[in-house]
Amino acid sequence: MSQAAVLPQQVATRRWRRGAPARVPYVVIALYALVALIGPLVIDYDPVHTPLTDRLLAPGSQLSSGGVAWLGTDALGRDILAQVVYGARTSLTIGLATVLVACLVGVTIGVVAGYARGWLDAVLARITDVLQAFPAILLAIVIAGVFARSVPVVVLSLSVTAWISFARVTRGVALSLRERAWVDAARVMGVPVRSIIVRHVLPFTVGPVVALATLEFALVVLAEAGLSFLGIGLPTGAVSWGQTIANGQQYLETAWWISTLPGIALSLLIINMGILGDQLTARYGQRRTRS
Amino acid sequence: MSEMLEVSDLRVTFGGRGGLVAVDGVSLRVAPEETLAVVGESGSGKTTVARCVVGLQRPDSGTVTFEGRRLGPAGRRPPESQRAIQMVFQDPRSSLNPRMPVSDLIGEAWRTHPVTAPRGDRTEALHRLLADVGLDADVAGRRAGDLSGGQCQRVSIARALAVRPRLLVCDEAVSALDVSVQAQILRLLVDLRRSHRLALLFITHDLGVVHQIADRVAVMRRGAVVEEGPAGEVLGAPRHEYTQALLDAALDIGVEA
Repeated sequence: MSQAAVLPQQVATRRWRRGAPARVPYVVIALYALVALIGPLVIDYDPVHTPLTDRLLAPGSQLSSGGVAWLGTDALGRDILAQVVYGARTSLTIGLATVLVACLVGVTIGVVAGYARGWLDAVLARITDVLQAFPAILLAIVIAGVFARSVPVVVLSLSVTAWISFARVTRGVALSLRERAWVDAARVMGVPVRSIIVRHVLPFTVGPVVALATLEFALVVLAEAGLSFLGIGLPTGAVSWGQTIANGQQYLETAWWISTLPGIALSLLIINMGILGDQLTARYGQRRTRS
Repeated sequence: MSEMLEVSDLRVTFGGRGGLVAVDGVSLRVAPEETLAVVGESGSGKTTVARCVVGLQRPDSGTVTFEGRRLGPAGRRPPESQRAIQMVFQDPRSSLNPRMPVSDLIGEAWRTHPVTAPRGDRTEALHRLLADVGLDADVAGRRAGDLSGGQCQRVSIARALAVRPRLLVCDEAVSALDVSVQAQILRLLVDLRRSHRLALLFITHDLGVVHQIADRVAVMRRGAVVEEGPAGEVLGAPRHEYTQALLDAALDIGVEA
C-alpha cells in the first residue's frame, strides 16, 4: 500500500530528471523564434548601407558611428549580429513556408492514396521512385536557378522534393488505419469517403506528421542556406546565413567571425531541430505500434 | 416465404487467381425478423460472408439481394439499403473511433441518414437511444478509451440502431467479451430483436451461444455450408459429422467449465 503511494512521486521525479535535458531543444528553438520575431524590430540593418571605414572589425570593436559591433563586421562594414538576426528570420520563414506547403500537398496525396489504394497509389509510388532518384538539393538548384530569384521560388524548389516524405508517412498510416473496424463501421453506415478520411483517418496521422515536419524543417533550413551560399534562390536584398557564410569565405584566416558565427547559428538550430524530431518520432512511432 | 436477405452462390478468393478460396459457393436466406446463426471454426469463411453482406468485401461472383434489390459495395448502395443493413464488429474497442465521444458517433449516423435523425431535442433522443441499449446518459460524453468492452459493444449496437436498420449483422459480436458480459449482450440482442423487429445474421464460432438466439443455423466449413436447418434440429440431431464434432467440442468445454 505504502509502495503504491510512493511510486507515482518517484516516477514523476525520474521523469523530471530525464525530462530536463530533453527540454533543451524546445528552449533553443523558442529562442530562435523569439529572435526571428523580435530581433529585426530592435536591430536596424540595411544590406546596401556599407560604411567601409568599419570593414572587417573584430567582435566587440567600436564602430565609427559610436556603437559596438558585438559580433564584428564583414568586408563591407556591415554588422554580423544584425545579419545573424535577420538571417534567422529568413531561415525560419522559408523553413515554415516550405514545410507547410510540403505538408499540405504530401498529407493530402498520402492519405488519399493510402485510403483509396488503386491507381492513385500506383502513380504516387512511381512519382516517388522518380523523384528519389535525384538528389533533392540538385533538383532544388535546377529549379531555383531557372527562375528569377525570389522567396516563393525558393519555397517551391524546396517543396518539390520535401512533400514526398510526408506523402510516404501519411500513406503508411492511412493504409493501416483503413483496416480498423471504426473505418469499416463508417463505410457500412454509408458515411461519405471525404468525411471518413477527415474524421476517421486524418486525425491519427497528426503525431507522425508533426515529428516528420520538425526533421524536414531542419533539412529545409540547411538546403536554403546551401542555395544562398551558392548565390541562387533568394534576391540579393535578402539576408541569409548562407549568403553571409559565403561572403566570409575569402576572409576565413583574417576575419573568421564573418563565416563562423552565422555557421554556428545555423548548426545550433539544425542540431536542436534534429534532436526534437527524433524525440517526437520515438514517441509517436511507439504509440502507433501500441494502439 | 418472402425472404429479406438472399445470398446466392457467393464466391470469394483472396490473393488473386490460384489464391486462397475463402468462400466457395455459399447461399443463405434470412426472412424478416428471423435470426440466422452462421457457425464454423476460424477460417471457415463466415466472416467473409458477413463482410460481403454489408458490402465491405466484393465477391468474385454471386449476389447479395436485399428485399429484391441487388447490392454492391457499401459506398455505392442507395442510402435506404445502407441504413437497412448494419453491422456490429468483433472487437468492441476498435469499432469506435477513439477520438470521438459517443454523442458524436451517434450524431454522425444521424447526419449521414437525416431521415432517421430525431426531430426536436437530439440530446433527449440520444439519451433514450442509450437507455435502449442499457447505458446511462453520462456515457454520451465519453470516448471509447473510457468505456469497458461491454459498454463499447452497447454503443456499437446503439449506433447501428440509430439509423433504424432491419437487418443487423453481428460478426462474433460477443466473442471478445467476458462470459458474464457475453450473456448480457446476448440478452440485449434478443430483447432488441423483438422490440425493433430486427432480423439478425449472427456469425459465431461458439455453438454454446447459438441456442440462446438462433431460429435457424447454418454450419460452414472451408468456405461452404455443410448443414442448414432450424436451430433445434441442427443442434439436437445434427446430420453432418462436422456439426457433431463442433457440438462435441462445445460440450467438452461446457463440462470442464
